[in-house]
Amino acid sequence: MITDLFLSGIVVWLAGAVASLALWRQPAVARRVGCSAALAGSLLDLAASAAVLFSGSTTVIGLPFGNPAFTWAIRLDPLSAYFNVTLAVLAAAVSLYSFGYLREMEGRRNLGAFGFFLNLLLPSLALVFTASNAFFFLVAWEVMALASFFLIIFEHEKEKTRKAGMLFLIMSHAGTGLLLIAFLVLASASGSLDFSSFHLLASRITPLQQGTVFLLFLFGFGVKAGLVPVHIWLPEAHPVAPSNVSALMSGIVIKTGIYGMARVFFDFYGPPPLWMGTVVLGLGVASALLGVLYALMEHDLKRLLAWHSIENIGIILMGFGAALMFRSLGQSNLAALALIAALYHTFNHAIFKGLLFLGAGSVVQATHTRNMEKMGGLIRLMPVTALCFLLGAVAISGLPPLNGFVSEWLTYQALLAGFGTTQSLTRLMFPIAGSLLALTAALAAACFVKAFAIPFLALPRSEEAAEARECSLPMRAGMAVLAVGCIALGLGATWFVPVFDSITQQTLGVRASAALVTAHGLALTAGTGHGTVQGGTISTAGMALFFLLAGAAFALPLALRWRRRSVIGPVWDCGLPGLTADNEYTATAFSKPLRMIFSALYRPRREIQAEYEVSPHYPSAIRFESEIERTFEKRLYGPLRERIMAAANRMKGIQAGSINLYLAYIFITLILLLLFGVRG
Amino acid sequence: MIQRLIENATQLFLLLVLAPLVTGVIRTLKARLQTRRGPGILQPYRDLRKLFGKGMVIPETASWIFTATPWVVFFSTILAGLMIPMVAAKAPLGLFGGVLAVIYLLGLGRFFLALSGLDTGSSFGGLGSSREMTISALAEPAMMLAIFTVAIGAGSTGLTEIAGAAIGQTWRFLAPAQMFAFAALALVLIAETGRIPVDNPDTHLELTMIHEAMILEYSGPYLALVEWAASIKQLVLMTLLINCFWPFGLQPTWFGFGALQGIGWLLAKLLLLCCAIVLLETVNAKMRLFRVPELLAVAFTLGSLALVSTFLF
Repeated sequence: MITDLFLSGIVVWLAGAVASLALWRQPAVARRVGCSAALAGSLLDLAASAAVLFSGSTTVIGLPFGNPAFTWAIRLDPLSAYFNVTLAVLAAAVSLYSFGYLREMEGRRNLGAFGFFLNLLLPSLALVFTASNAFFFLVAWEVMALASFFLIIFEHEKEKTRKAGMLFLIMSHAGTGLLLIAFLVLASASGSLDFSSFHLLASRITPLQQGTVFLLFLFGFGVKAGLVPVHIWLPEAHPVAPSNVSALMSGIVIKTGIYGMARVFFDFYGPPPLWMGTVVLGLGVASALLGVLYALMEHDLKRLLAWHSIENIGIILMGFGAALMFRSLGQSNLAALALIAALYHTFNHAIFKGLLFLGAGSVVQATHTRNMEKMGGLIRLMPVTALCFLLGAVAISGLPPLNGFVSEWLTYQALLAGFGTTQSLTRLMFPIAGSLLALTAALAAACFVKAFAIPFLALPRSEEAAEARECSLPMRAGMAVLAVGCIALGLGATWFVPVFDSITQQTLGVRASAALVTAHGLALTAGTGHGTVQGGTISTAGMALFFLLAGAAFALPLALRWRRRSVIGPVWDCGLPGLTADNEYTATAFSKPLRMIFSALYRPRREIQAEYEVSPHYPSAIRFESEIERTFEKRLYGPLRERIMAAANRMKGIQAGSINLYLAYIFITLILLLLFGVRG
Repeated sequence: MIQRLIENATQLFLLLVLAPLVTGVIRTLKARLQTRRGPGILQPYRDLRKLFGKGMVIPETASWIFTATPWVVFFSTILAGLMIPMVAAKAPLGLFGGVLAVIYLLGLGRFFLALSGLDTGSSFGGLGSSREMTISALAEPAMMLAIFTVAIGAGSTGLTEIAGAAIGQTWRFLAPAQMFAFAALALVLIAETGRIPVDNPDTHLELTMIHEAMILEYSGPYLALVEWAASIKQLVLMTLLINCFWPFGLQPTWFGFGALQGIGWLLAKLLLLCCAIVLLETVNAKMRLFRVPELLAVAFTLGSLALVSTFLF
């Protein structure tokens, strides 16, 4: 049953891919076929993976081709199923949205190709999450990378888009290279490429190999996840893609990195050495903080959201790192708590970041710009988009009672409990990481005040913004699905947590949910009786109930009564008359205090040119330019690129262009390989 | 059930009634210390009554965010207030959340206030929002370190447990970890409640305002709600500080003569803290905005010291 559902999902997607490509001459049909197939496939995938997740069983599907070395084995275990559920929910909402979003492009762009790559990306993602053979995994991984590449460069006539796509492709392949080496090391130790033969294997090889394989996997998967310092492609590639693709990229494609790490660190490794968890926790903190700090400086709405993906990957990795550390310290219950926090945040991020990118897509389509400084006042023209975006903004800022709060709270609890697990100085890492998480969350709230208020509130800052129209019905429906998801995952936390039981059972051998839910399912607690911390409780449902009751009993009647006494008048603005959009606070001005406070990081540069005729006090024209340093590109990747180019230049010597010489090279290589083979 | 209701109702009453009083006491004490007469400690009540009776002007540029914000701020502050121990160690709504939830609920209110500041399009509102979000973000890590120190000592982030652990250990606040954490949290309290030297609650000079700038466009009942919520927030943070660190007189339960005694102690401790704030506000001048990060860095350092001292001493 599960096998049938899962495989029919894959088949529907692939059939949709072929069909929409074949129908590319009729854009309206291609769009409908492509989006319907994506939606149908997602729902089938959702049914199959939800069944696995709730039953806690594992389904193994053998495809009737391949050979013993390269099997095409699919294994749908709870961890795979969880990521598949995330994929399916997000993909369903995005496909719904795409019905409307792509209509604008009809006749201008090849929607058949879009449908093809979209319906190729989705099954490749599903297979990345379920492949149980290193060869099969890497094939699915590459198909995913290529399908993402073509979706990113869909608007390829802009040079910036092509450049960003190329950067993505290069980084992605560098990451795949690292993964390939790591898998080969494991395969040479086990003699097989099957994941089942890798189980706990990584802890049996020599410590040097263990460490190397760990770092290879961390950075190999980290490239895809957007881990600092291998994140540089992410803020370039996500914004240039069409917005429905950005939602998928940020929501689920980068989560393949998280899935890979979960698979490797909790399945291939036994309890790892402590330093590994420390490295993950440290990199998580760095990603979270740098992600949000760079996000604050953006006024390109989609780039801002892309930087927040890096921030949230950091938060997920903080939970992950803590889980790894607890595992080394033998604290299975705490490891389960931290892992649940990380995985919960993974799902939450897929939902609210997907929502925010879809909202940004509607805004960009309505205003024809990604620059926030040219938007404004959209809450009146696009009320549904505004409400959905606001819900996403509250959720991503980790504010109660929505879903971001729940997973951040779980992360805090895990970090706090860590302090008592060891006597070494390492334990200081936990509360320090916790306090930096608090800084990250507060900066994220500041950033989303900007990201919501500047585009949606006050007066329109450009003519395009003043003429914006609410987006079409399918787009609103797609956003509404995810907005409801944010609310449900927040208020229904105690009903959602038991889902993790089968995952923690599989990875850590404990079922944690019974210890996490208290007060007859009303409140979430960090669990009692393990570690030194009993943990506090939260009840998001209770909070929501309080707000609802208070709102219905007091706010509504009083607001209606006061309304009769209120008049609508001009803005007071300390008595300055004639407020125009030019007087409004801009996104740049909003983040100026933080730019000055963190100037050591940003190294801001600004240039003001004033033209004047009579006196410098009366300028006739002013040109203002301000930018911050792209530290990683300049200091890390710049030198690296130069080295690579220099090395390539030196290697030019052996490229003579003579076919005889090349044949000689092939011959020499062959001899060497034969010698190697005979010796080995 | 009935017991729960009584606890909640009593604490709600205390929050609503005490909050303006605390503001009034601070203002009057400050005036006296500066040899002015001051408006009297009941003035905030009179202000609220007057404002609730007035009509109001809604700016034509504002959206529904502007009208929703006072309610969100008011209710989230009240909810946070019900989660802290005031009279007895048991927080009435402790099940709904501990100290983290309190901070994040206050954060929810701030988020909406900042939105409403930008909603009207007035540049002063934007200025206030920008500064408020900046300062609160910088205050957050110091606050969390101090809270972690306390929570680690109590073994929980639940405020009932934290206050419960403090009961009976009257002199515990002399421990180095507690003293550092107290100092850190006190500095954060000053920043969060917008008091001198970070912000001046009495100022109406445009360019120095932070909190006042955000709510500049509010009038009538909505202004009353926002002002009331601000004073409740101040009371909540002050109570949090005194009941976590000076547990004298905190009752284990809510009932009997003990509750009255608990209220008496609460008032005495609040008065003491008010005096300290007044003294601090009178002898200090308001800082330049870009000096505030340094103050908060001091708070962060104190918080780190608190954490280190939990296992050094």
